[in-house]
Amino acid sequence: MQLTEIRVAGFGGQGVILSAILLGKAASIYQGAFATMTQNFGPEARGGACSAQLVLSDSPVLYPYVTKPDILVVMSQEAYVRFVPELKDGGILIVEQDLVRVSDINQELQVYSIPATRIAEELGKRMVLNSVMVGFFTAVTHLLDADAVRKAVADSVPPSFLDLNLKAFEKGLEYGINAPTATTETADAELQEQYSPE
Amino acid sequence: MKADPRGVLTGIHFIDGDHACCEGALAAGARFAAGYPITPSTEVVERFASRVPKVGGTFIQMEDELAASITLQGAVWGGAKAFTVTSGPGFSLMMEHIGYAAMTETPCVFVDVQRGGPSTGLPTLPAQADMMQARWGSHGDYEIIALCPNSPQECFDLTIKAFNLAEEFRVPVMFMMDEVVGHMTEKVVIPPADQIEVVPRKHTRKSVEDYLPYDTNGDQVPEMAHAGEGYNFHVTGLTHDEHGYPNMTPQVQDKLVRRLQNKIRDAADRIAMFEEEQLDGADVVVVSYGITSRVAQRAIGVAREQGLRVGKLRLITAWPFPEKKIRELAAKVKAFVVPELNLGQMVREVERAAAGQAKTFAVSHAGGGVHRPEDILKVIVEASRCQTA
Repeated sequence: MQLTEIRVAGFGGQGVILSAILLGKAASIYQGAFATMTQNFGPEARGGACSAQLVLSDSPVLYPYVTKPDILVVMSQEAYVRFVPELKDGGILIVEQDLVRVSDINQELQVYSIPATRIAEELGKRMVLNSVMVGFFTAVTHLLDADAVRKAVADSVPPSFLDLNLKAFEKGLEYGINAPTATTETADAELQEQYSPE
Repeated sequence: MKADPRGVLTGIHFIDGDHACCEGALAAGARFAAGYPITPSTEVVERFASRVPKVGGTFIQMEDELAASITLQGAVWGGAKAFTVTSGPGFSLMMEHIGYAAMTETPCVFVDVQRGGPSTGLPTLPAQADMMQARWGSHGDYEIIALCPNSPQECFDLTIKAFNLAEEFRVPVMFMMDEVVGHMTEKVVIPPADQIEVVPRKHTRKSVEDYLPYDTNGDQVPEMAHAGEGYNFHVTGLTHDEHGYPNMTPQVQDKLVRRLQNKIRDAADRIAMFEEEQLDGADVVVVSYGITSRVAQRAIGVAREQGLRVGKLRLITAWPFPEKKIRELAAKVKAFVVPELNLGQMVREVERAAAGQAKTFAVSHAGGGVHRPEDILKVIVEASRCQTA
């Protein structure tokens, strides 16, 4: 794959960093590519803004940071507002549709939406929303082999949550395979409220 | 000697540089660490504290950096391989005991994950501004070894190397990471234990009666004995003779301090590790280390596309400084370009070693981020247009 810059952003506690780790692991360990992941460190823990940067390439990654992302995954309105302007023209925007209202876009983008939190809750645990997101990412970007990502999920989560995470991954993947490109969506005010920092 | 398999987490991992450094220490045989955790180095000891009890070792969280940096030396004299981990503010506090380790020839490793300074500076952001401190931070004449990894894989590989050099030369080795390398996650391959070479303690084979702790036996590095084995020895920071007891005459001082210096200087070529690329026929050579070497590589690539003849010299060993290599290159090239995350440290060594044969251009950065490749490119272009010195 050619050099691809990805940013994943949301709130602490949504599994933002783990999502980037899963994708990076899939690329570098199970697909023979190169991956470099960095994360923005701040004083925040759960509830604060959180963002991970992932650079994938067929050749060794030199510059470790994202300069103009090809793909942006956002799981909070705050992250959307902050990071959408840096997204490359023609880039892919992936949003948690209940938490992000897509508007005021100035560039040509391919927008994909998924109610990942709701799907995760239906599976029994909101915590696995990142596995849903990673599955969805895999389907809509065509960047990584589904099997490589599946393996990365399998060896990254605690054994007691393995089945649930794999199910979440498959749900996200399936949703992505059937997903039409969306343009605008309305965020769910109630969910947004629950995730907003204190 | 091969690594003890209990400490080797063989496999392919996707981990950050801090964690990889910890795994390198465990693979090298480190079974003791004392630390006063500090960002951005905390993950090294956090992982060590959770891993080392399972392989039969100890981590102690100390009351401060002075305690950490001397406690690890106690562990070494008790027979362990030991290290501590810190960042700039803690590194400053450890300087006294780095001098002590140099004077008493205590083999050990100090990991410094560099962040912006001076003082508490930028806790979560990178710099490479402790490079001179690593070399000169403690008082008196002494030599140390310093290594600079530029990836999580090298954090693993070179931590083992750091321990091996510490044992071979009985010297404190500075492992000079930076925040980016420490917190960057990449694939790290950890080989099977039987493919990892580790240097054992240079332990004496002499009997208790014949052993003199600082007798060099014609070599430059004396043999060690450990506490509790029946050998009588004394360890002091005071100037000492081969018995290890204080002997404060100019003659003993001269003999001891020159040996401390020469055991490293005489082996400088053997210790020097660097990565070189297209140095033959280069007009300009970019000298860099740590994370900056990767950013510089991007600039070098663009410069070559523009038809410039640019070579690369990446310092893996920063100290002893590979001055012979620089001097040889200086006779052939127009200029050196030295990007680093400080306002001018290793560039002065390059300038000194070049001795006026080639020009030297700094690309300084006060830290808090990495260079923009275009900033390095601009100086490469400028340097390649300069008249030969």
